[in-house]
Amino acid sequence: MLPPIFGVLFDGFAYGMLLFLLSVGQSVTLGMMNFINLAHCSFAMLGGYVTVLLVNRYGWPFFAALPIAFLAAALASVAFERTLYRRLYRASDLDQVLLTIGITFISVAAAAYIFTTAQQPLQLPAYLRGSLSFMGLDFAVYRLILIGIALAITALLVACLEYTRFGAKIRAAVDNERMARGLGIDVDRAFALTFALGSGLAGLGGALAIEIVGLDPSFAFTYLVYVLIVVSVGGLGSIGGSFAAAAVLGISDIAGKYYVPQLGAFLIYLVMVGLLMWRPAGLFGKR
Amino acid sequence: MASAVATTASSPQAYLRSLARWKPIEIAFWLATLLPFALVPNYLSLASQIAIAGLFALSLDLILGYAGIVSLGHAAFFGIGAYTAGIISKYGWGEPISGLMASAALAGLVGWTTSFIIARFRHLALIMLTLGFGLLLAELANSMSWLTGGVDGLQGIHTWDLLGLFHFDLYGFTAYAYSLTVLFILFIVARRLINSPFGLALRGIRENWIRMPAIGAPSRAHIRAIYTIAAAMAGTAGALLAQTTETVSLDSLSFERSAELLVMLVLGGAGRLYGGLVGAIIFMVARDQFSGTTPQYWYFWIGVLLVAVVTLLPNGILGGLSNIAARWRKT
Repeated sequence: MLPPIFGVLFDGFAYGMLLFLLSVGQSVTLGMMNFINLAHCSFAMLGGYVTVLLVNRYGWPFFAALPIAFLAAALASVAFERTLYRRLYRASDLDQVLLTIGITFISVAAAAYIFTTAQQPLQLPAYLRGSLSFMGLDFAVYRLILIGIALAITALLVACLEYTRFGAKIRAAVDNERMARGLGIDVDRAFALTFALGSGLAGLGGALAIEIVGLDPSFAFTYLVYVLIVVSVGGLGSIGGSFAAAAVLGISDIAGKYYVPQLGAFLIYLVMVGLLMWRPAGLFGKR
Repeated sequence: MASAVATTASSPQAYLRSLARWKPIEIAFWLATLLPFALVPNYLSLASQIAIAGLFALSLDLILGYAGIVSLGHAAFFGIGAYTAGIISKYGWGEPISGLMASAALAGLVGWTTSFIIARFRHLALIMLTLGFGLLLAELANSMSWLTGGVDGLQGIHTWDLLGLFHFDLYGFTAYAYSLTVLFILFIVARRLINSPFGLALRGIRENWIRMPAIGAPSRAHIRAIYTIAAAMAGTAGALLAQTTETVSLDSLSFERSAELLVMLVLGGAGRLYGGLVGAIIFMVARDQFSGTTPQYWYFWIGVLLVAVVTLLPNGILGGLSNIAARWRKT
């Protein structure tokens, strides 16, 4: 028999993996271009709504809807990157923050207009709703699959970054953007691709999040805070850092809600402010 | 020779004095703020809220527009002021002016304490820290519902008559007169600050905060000072809102409040004394008009405004106007 703490750890880890999917793209793009994109979770929300639409209204199987969620978020992000974001790469922090907060406000209002402010239920197939019993504890199948997907994506991302030419360009651009440009690497192009990939992953995260945390228009703001925490604690441009930060954050959030519910989200914010003061560049950040 | 020395010695003072001189358009602006009493007596409570929002935007302008500190959590000080004034009044002391002072003092104290942290960071870490402090405080107010009333808001505030003479009436006559007077006094203080050597040093910090100590201006000490002043001013604005509306809700501490404030300031033009005031007027009147029909979609228009200002009017409305004026003067 396992004590209940393992259940908390499992749920927390699954939640952390969700946060990792939502934030890994933000971490890499911020590390590359120093572009503060507060609209990141709007792309995640888009992925969520696309999934709800496909599964509930058109009866698509859940797993077929996931790649579409990824693609929709990636394409939308490319459209924004080409038209609005790229004008502001050299602009001040304030301009970037304002533009992307503006886009987030627009997306929240648009989601409320199209889908109303109600929580969107998602009809999952029966085989995803069950749970497996192991040594006296129940492990939800959905969370197991979520962890599996997140681990697979992490492995894929790390392999891409470490062993491909494109990955080498991205690492070069994160480490020293100007030097990379000097060596003839097309940083803008690499950035656009990374941005699309990161937003696509956020869209996937948004689709997978519905079953765990629900989906309503406030998603874009609620999870933005978590994403920023993961990114700033993990350190910019570090996949390993994001992974560790997301796991710690997920577990401590679930454990906090389980053991000291009266504190609410207070504990998380306190941990974040404390960590930032201690290491402003993040736990694994170089700068 | 002596005259050359005299001119170089006097020119900085002359420059500062020329900045500090009241221009006719400024006097016209402040006279125009009296017009609502005569022209739109039914909208005085809106006018009062505009004056409060203007004061709040002015306080952000001091740190963001002049010292270049991007804060996503300035509503924290607004909320501290609002809750302080509300709680003092709820527990039996409804005298407005002393309540205002106490709120400003507490917000300033919290601002001074956090300023030691704020002054050490720039860029993303600073934005995250201000956001984190704001969220922390909102969450604290939410969980201390025995004191703050939690999500139901703070009930049972009663503000006594102003100076024992003027009752806070339903039409907002006293409320607007009170808010406008406080705004005007604090505006003069801000104007004096900005047109002083200290204000010039702040602008230097905004442009390059590492180089400023080299010419003898201690960046961190200046940032701490202006952050404390801005916090006290934001607290005053919050207290004014609590006293004139006699309610305080959690919303006064929220991230949305900080974001709205940024919109106002940037819309008007950051780094200009009147930017926050003009932005507050446009923003609040537009909200009053738009949100009447579709309140939940109001944020759509805020978003559109933000995108439009950043892409089309980088220095806000006042910046755009002064560009036009400069071009007109040249031709």
